[in-house]
Amino acid sequence: MTTELTAPPLAPRGAARAGRETIYRHTVVVRITHWINVLVISLLLMSGLNILNAHPRLYWGQFGADFDKPWIEAPGLRRPDGQLEGVLRLGGRQFTTTGFLGVSKGADGADLIQGVPSWATLPSERNLAVARRWHFFLAWLFVINGAVYLLIGLINGHFRRDVALTRADVRPGNICRNILDHIFLRHPVGEEAKRYNVLQKATYLIVIFALLPAMVATGLTMSPGFDAVAPWLLNLFGGRQSARSIHFICANLIVLFVIVHVVEVLLAGVWNELRSMITGRYVIKTERGA
Amino acid sequence: MTGRLLSRRGLIGVGAAGAGGLLLSGCDRLSASPSFQKFIGHGEDLTFHAQRLLLAGQPLAREFKASDISPIFKSNGTSHPESDDYDALAKDGFSDWKLAVEGLVGRPMQFGLADLKAMPSRTQITRHDCVEGWSAIGGWTGVPLAHILRTVGVSPKARFVVFRCADDLEASLDGSGLYYESIDLFDAFHPQTILAYAMNGAPLAIPHGAPLRLRVERQLGYKQAKYVMKVQLVDRLDNIASGRGGYWEDRGYEWYAGI
Repeated sequence: MTTELTAPPLAPRGAARAGRETIYRHTVVVRITHWINVLVISLLLMSGLNILNAHPRLYWGQFGADFDKPWIEAPGLRRPDGQLEGVLRLGGRQFTTTGFLGVSKGADGADLIQGVPSWATLPSERNLAVARRWHFFLAWLFVINGAVYLLIGLINGHFRRDVALTRADVRPGNICRNILDHIFLRHPVGEEAKRYNVLQKATYLIVIFALLPAMVATGLTMSPGFDAVAPWLLNLFGGRQSARSIHFICANLIVLFVIVHVVEVLLAGVWNELRSMITGRYVIKTERGA
Repeated sequence: MTGRLLSRRGLIGVGAAGAGGLLLSGCDRLSASPSFQKFIGHGEDLTFHAQRLLLAGQPLAREFKASDISPIFKSNGTSHPESDDYDALAKDGFSDWKLAVEGLVGRPMQFGLADLKAMPSRTQITRHDCVEGWSAIGGWTGVPLAHILRTVGVSPKARFVVFRCADDLEASLDGSGLYYESIDLFDAFHPQTILAYAMNGAPLAIPHGAPLRLRVERQLGYKQAKYVMKVQLVDRLDNIASGRGGYWEDRGYEWYAGI
């Protein structure tokens, strides 16, 4: 169970190919929790966007409502000619976003005033009560799934062995070389391919130990019941409306991570990467050009 | 080999797109399925029980300073009940208005505004959180509900306190749109649960629920019933209106609004 990235090579199935080696890369816990996360985070995001549509304005501070100044909002406006116009207001600027933000087509094809479009929300129609039921059900799944992943990762040494930054990782030379490797899409081979590189590690550390926990903590800060249990959360995030804004920003950062993650998977070899997250087996090249 | 990989890749692509599409239409179907909604509603049950466990010591909701009060407190839902009876009461500054407290109580009683104002009062500056996501901070003064409940005496059979309101949010002809709310005794006896007759130091204005509104801090805005006319102690909620314990609850929202 404790064999992971640094595991000895498995006996190759079928004909062994020169210059290649199959390793056991992801434990069953990592694989199962990963795919549960794919489903749960996707649906959390979509139900969250439906909830956002109930009030697509975000504020800083303890309070914030219609008469207070949002730092971002996506309203729908009616132009003098009667046409609906969707806009995004951010940082004192206004961008026309009709069709995407502010105004977009509903299920029946008619223009609707809604913060984000129906295709991005769960359920696709505007339904705050149902969206909340989805969101909180999924949040429990997310927390339980995450707790299992964290607990096992701590117990079996996954974080310490595979994700923690080493002295060698953080040498400036290594970091620079890694950045260049990423820019030139140079993928590691041999022993190096058996480990996460420094940029991977840093990214995973931020996502696992900062972004995802921040989603849970800011989510709880929006709960009036939980605020009575843990009022320090209001101090930590600067108020319920700040927590709501940070919840939104972190969700966007998670989407950004997923985009980069999927692009990297595509670049590194989608079949090999997918297989390693399904069966655990990952093929590495033992030398460049192999 | 390349061909096989490509077809595999193609398959994965088609599979992923197909799975995505199925997921979306599937989720909408699940959102419309009462049995599935009931199933994911267990998440809310879990939240309720988890919060009750954490709130067992009855901690207070945060109270703010006067300088933290929202410049404009948004009036949501009804801003003026459309009824002649209500207007007649409002015309005289609610001097003829009486709060009836009845149901599973020792002595059903009625209280006028002056009676309530003569009772012990509590003032609290708290945050009001709408289920939609916005918040406003306001100062509330009123009678602790616990005081009223002790005055009338709560029957051991009583489990919930129901608040009957003057506003008909749906403008229904049969009264099925009349606003009502309910809380259990755990929240009813919380020190911050008050029936407020003043807001930010002034008599409660009509847009905010005059003459009396419920403040049940630690829950969302739709629990903060405005225009309260009657308080009923009951042992069950399923025989009131659509049976889910409140106007918005009957329309799909959760009875426990602590999150």
